[in-house]
Amino acid sequence: MELFGDFFKQLYDTTGWNFVIFYDQVEWSRFVEAIWTTIKLIIACLIFSVIVGVVGAWAQGAKSKIVRYGMAGYIQFFRNTPPFVQILFFYFVLGNLTPSYDAGGYQEAYIGSFGWAVISLGFFAGAFNTEIFRSGIEAVPESTVEAASALGYTRLQSYIYVVFPLAFRVCLPALNNNLVNLLKTTTLAYGIAVPEMMYTANQIWSDNVNVPEMMIVLFIFYVGLVAILVWAMHRWEKSMKIPGYG
Amino acid sequence: MKLKKAAIIAGVTAALALGAVTTADQAYAGNDRFKKVLDRGELVVGVKADYKPWGFRDSSGNLTGMEIDLANDVAKALGVKLKLVPVQSSNRMQFLQQGKIDLMIATMSDKANRRKVVGVPDPNYYTSGTNVLAKKGVVKQWSDLKGKPVCGKQGAFYNKVVSSRYGAKIVAFVGNAEAKQALRDGKCVAWVYDDSSIMADLASGQYNDYEMPMATEDDTPWGLAVPLDEKDGIWGNFMSGMIYNWHRSGRLIELEKKWGIQATSYLQQMNKKFEAYQPK
Repeated sequence: MELFGDFFKQLYDTTGWNFVIFYDQVEWSRFVEAIWTTIKLIIACLIFSVIVGVVGAWAQGAKSKIVRYGMAGYIQFFRNTPPFVQILFFYFVLGNLTPSYDAGGYQEAYIGSFGWAVISLGFFAGAFNTEIFRSGIEAVPESTVEAASALGYTRLQSYIYVVFPLAFRVCLPALNNNLVNLLKTTTLAYGIAVPEMMYTANQIWSDNVNVPEMMIVLFIFYVGLVAILVWAMHRWEKSMKIPGYG
Repeated sequence: MKLKKAAIIAGVTAALALGAVTTADQAYAGNDRFKKVLDRGELVVGVKADYKPWGFRDSSGNLTGMEIDLANDVAKALGVKLKLVPVQSSNRMQFLQQGKIDLMIATMSDKANRRKVVGVPDPNYYTSGTNVLAKKGVVKQWSDLKGKPVCGKQGAFYNKVVSSRYGAKIVAFVGNAEAKQALRDGKCVAWVYDDSSIMADLASGQYNDYEMPMATEDDTPWGLAVPLDEKDGIWGNFMSGMIYNWHRSGRLIELEKKWGIQATSYLQQMNKKFEAYQPK
């Protein structure tokens, strides 16, 4: 680690390329904290958006008209507004309507900026996931569903045991795409001061005037994260492959 | 009044002495502003029109404020009429360069690169630095911010000051509007920024439940300005004399009080320093 730091210190002294995060202890710990926050934010958003997608796709086919119209409204709302506007709206408008307690001069909300980022980004990507899952569900042949009900499955049971497992395999590539998009969209959380990578990089380059260097770090960081996600999703896709299907 | 006259005489003598040495090489190509102003019988000063309480428009549309009072002092000392021209931060130096104004008193931070464009007579007449806006009674000193969320603007120099020096948890937003909204929503104990900007907010009447409780840190001086080639001539030296007297007589402190601006320690220090020069 020391050798590593020395290399970057020397790089700065000789070429002027200031990768301050690799030799300055304070900036390094800021950077590491940002990595963790980013990863936590991404994982929380991914899981939440997939859950929203699964539940949403099921609700889209519900018998109740109210549920179906409600779902359609939700999808329209989240697909038709920019995610950054949604984040600001959630944090500044809904954030003030939700309960908070006095923490000595300021209001500590039960849902902080991190929570609002997960909620708004999760719902945003969830709206797309809903449509993606719907495409998968519609790809399951009607005869298969009828066969399931003939065997005595209720609508919910056939969704869980027959339709969804097949639909999921069909729509995985599209889901993959949307999750990669979501991963990149988490950078918007800098707008409500979630200390993730984009926010921290901004702070570091403001303090050290090393904008190009931090831009390079940002770039490599996100390329790496997306590569890991894509790799994991492909592994998953492969492991779920049913011989003779799809 | 006597002192002001003395200042003029001192300034003029100094300028003449300097002028005598350098007229040969024409260093003061533009050393005629002082005479021009007197001949014209009118002094044209560039001031802010949107920076309460330094320079703003009152309810009847007239320019008023602390810097307008300073401009009045200058006109009075010269015995001429005063004409005010509103300028903006982005064009105030051009107004001087193009000769549209004789003098600029427009909340300008004194920076080395600006001194290459306009003439900034010493000493500085004001300073501003890092401070916070907070709800009344919430915080009293810098150390109260430790571990608490403080709103700021992303990329602002002030953020590092409070986080590294006082351990505050900076919550930085894209713009000041969002940061101040978060403060009003109670998401942070204070908003950290430039103290003159905070005072402008306090003077706006929209922050009546708020205060600026800390002693300002990292002061950056403000400079008034004359055209660059007049700086070492009569006009620049005359203005140096004016500023010296404002400090020594306590005029700046008095104006600060009049306009409801929180006392700046720089003015107190300068006042003490220059007062000490006087024979007792």
